[in-house]
Amino acid sequence: MLRFIAHRLALAVPTLVLASMIIFALQQLLPGDVATALTGEERDPEVVAFIRQKYHLDEPLPVRYAYWASGVLQGDLGESVRLQKPVSELVLEKLPVTLELACLAMLVALVIGVPMGILSAVKRGTWMDAAANGVALWGLSVPNFWLGILLILLFSVHLGWLPASGYVPPGENLVENLRSMAMPAFVLGNAIAAVMMRHTRAAMLGVLGSDYVRTARAKGVSPLRLVLRHALPNAAIPIITLGALEFGQLLSGAVLTEQVFSVPGFGKLMVDAVFNRDFATVQGVVICTAATYIALNLAADVLSAVVNPKLRRA
Amino acid sequence: MLRLAAACLASGLALTPLLTRPLAAQTSGPTLRYGMMEDPDALDPTLARTFASRMVFAALCDKLVDIGPDLKPVPQLATKWELSADEKTLTMTLRPGVRFHDGEPVNAAAAKFSIERHLKLPGSQRRGEIAPIDSVDVVDDLTFRINLKQPFAPLMAQFTDRAGMLVSPKAAERLGDKFASGPVCAGPFKFVERVPQDRIVVERFPDYWNKDQIHIQRIEFRPIPDTTVRLTNLRAGQLDLLERLAPTDAPQVARDAKLKLASTYELGFQSVLFNTAKAGSPIADPRVRAAFELAIDRAAISQVVFNGEFLPGNQWVSPKHPDYVKDHPIPKRDVAKAKALLAEAGQPKPQITLMVYANSEAPQVGQVIQAMTREAGFDVKLQATDFTTALDLADKGNYEAYLYNWSGRPDPDGNTFSFLSCKAPLNYPRYCSEGADAALQAERGSVDPEKRKAAWKALADKVLTDRPGVYLMHRKLLWAYSPKLTGFVPYPDGLARFTGLTLN
Repeated sequence: MLRFIAHRLALAVPTLVLASMIIFALQQLLPGDVATALTGEERDPEVVAFIRQKYHLDEPLPVRYAYWASGVLQGDLGESVRLQKPVSELVLEKLPVTLELACLAMLVALVIGVPMGILSAVKRGTWMDAAANGVALWGLSVPNFWLGILLILLFSVHLGWLPASGYVPPGENLVENLRSMAMPAFVLGNAIAAVMMRHTRAAMLGVLGSDYVRTARAKGVSPLRLVLRHALPNAAIPIITLGALEFGQLLSGAVLTEQVFSVPGFGKLMVDAVFNRDFATVQGVVICTAATYIALNLAADVLSAVVNPKLRRA
Repeated sequence: MLRLAAACLASGLALTPLLTRPLAAQTSGPTLRYGMMEDPDALDPTLARTFASRMVFAALCDKLVDIGPDLKPVPQLATKWELSADEKTLTMTLRPGVRFHDGEPVNAAAAKFSIERHLKLPGSQRRGEIAPIDSVDVVDDLTFRINLKQPFAPLMAQFTDRAGMLVSPKAAERLGDKFASGPVCAGPFKFVERVPQDRIVVERFPDYWNKDQIHIQRIEFRPIPDTTVRLTNLRAGQLDLLERLAPTDAPQVARDAKLKLASTYELGFQSVLFNTAKAGSPIADPRVRAAFELAIDRAAISQVVFNGEFLPGNQWVSPKHPDYVKDHPIPKRDVAKAKALLAEAGQPKPQITLMVYANSEAPQVGQVIQAMTREAGFDVKLQATDFTTALDLADKGNYEAYLYNWSGRPDPDGNTFSFLSCKAPLNYPRYCSEGADAALQAERGSVDPEKRKAAWKALADKVLTDRPGVYLMHRKLLWAYSPKLTGFVPYPDGLARFTGLTLN
């Protein structure tokens, strides 16, 4: 198991380097640079030249990459030119917010998606199955932005139960924090729950039809135990894989949802950075997201091995 | 899976020490929550360039002078000023007993330091605004003298904005180019904290020179880019005041008893700029540009896209502005004449690409222009891009027509000089005319109202005939706020003034 993890971690290094190179090169395709964006409409040619020189923007691409990479190796992700703040500070500020939102959204997705998937598989062909599928279809079709605004109108404007925006750190007030995160987590989780439900249903249907489940049923195992103890663990593997992928997506920031609820996470940071050609920030966020993504995939593999001992030998 | 989620949640909570806010001593009193359209850039008056940062500076940094409702300078940190007869020396006297947020005195030495910082700090965005300043002399503790290389009429107007903001020399020297991380000025509020993309918090400065007029304890600036979301937050009570309400939402807010609406016309303009030097493009022909203008109905654009809230105009200042040249009224739409001009130019069906920002409104304006000019024979293609791309293309001359907005300055010089003089940095049309240059030098050369009036007329005669661009309209700046807020006065520079505001 340890060798397996070490092997995967070693593979992560070239992946990260490659990701950073690709994103660095891609950004150069955008017209304009940070000097254009920063000086904006009130441009002074001397200021533009100064910024270009200060941030090595006139150097060839490989040289600039080398500047950036050597900084990263020394633990320096660079400085956000627009905000004049170290990128590492920005990332540390936003990562916990994004991580919390992603976890809560995942929780919503699991709590809604998995039981619904199981139910619709067990009660296949009944009205419950149809209803669960209907809910899933709704979750997949509703745009986040629209659902977000509707929720704000209902829960904040009309009922006044939840704040429309404004992030409160959990360390300051946990209850307020959860109240401010409830709607964004639901909006994000709702869409994932639909995918979760469909996958759980398909996996469960496959397992429920297998020989060992029929044998267990013939031996008189109670229906609840049959589903939870015998069928679910085997059906769980595709769900775990899917969960890790969806979670990784959440970590790269949920731009629209963050926009609607003014959640200060990765999505907003990233979008602002791209529009302002704040390359150091984009690089920093991408590297952190990629690293977390890799870590999550590793966690999913480990978890799959825990659930299914057969995978441990692979 | 549940375990994965639980582990994540646990790790998230483990990071909570990172999440706690570094709160300054909280004192009681109302907090004003201000919804802004964008997250400001660096909070350093010398380096900043965005409209959003000017908004925050309105709370943080007092200026030498402010603008009054008639756009004339009124005292702020400076109480008296006198221009020498040759208009090359300006002597200013500061208000006595004023302190910066760090307790340092606001004196002539600090004024000299701040102005020199605007002129010399590498990367300064202010240098161009006050470039004619040659040197600053300290006369006595509260008096300083500004020596100009040549007469410069817009100087006082520049001092009503960031170029007139004074910073604490001690803090500026200590923080260097990191001044934006903890700006220290002499405004009614002092900096508390900033979380990028989330909030900027400022707190009442107890030793402010005009503290009796400051009734708000804290201000939280919250960037919420989407106009609908911003308005929803105001309705839900998460904000007390929001800027740049969408014109299409204005009637709804006006009807709502739980909200209040304030508005004023901007100092800037919306225009279509033409690349007059674009080789091979029909737009390089002045007759085609004239036809383009004749094909446009400005009032209709305002009506269709902006609910009739924007003011049609044809000059760099609005028809309501004291410096509007009345000899050049807004031309009426005349499709037949436009067609005749195109025929004369030998371009009956000119193809033109119009660059617009990819936001919610600009493409709509582009579509209306497209439809209107089509009737005269134009074939306008729209190219939607983001702001930086548009600037880059305009800079390199890779465009034909560009739907361009300028937020405006109190002195019309700020709306003209950098755009219309030969080789000026914002001269995207690559326009160069001796007549226009002479007029621009003349308006800068003297503060005498009669001389300046003649210069504006000469400039209009030239520019409105050459048409390096077509001025379309002037935006209405709209604020919506809670009725709990009283004393709010809209200023045409689009910035709120926090003096005299109360929040119950």
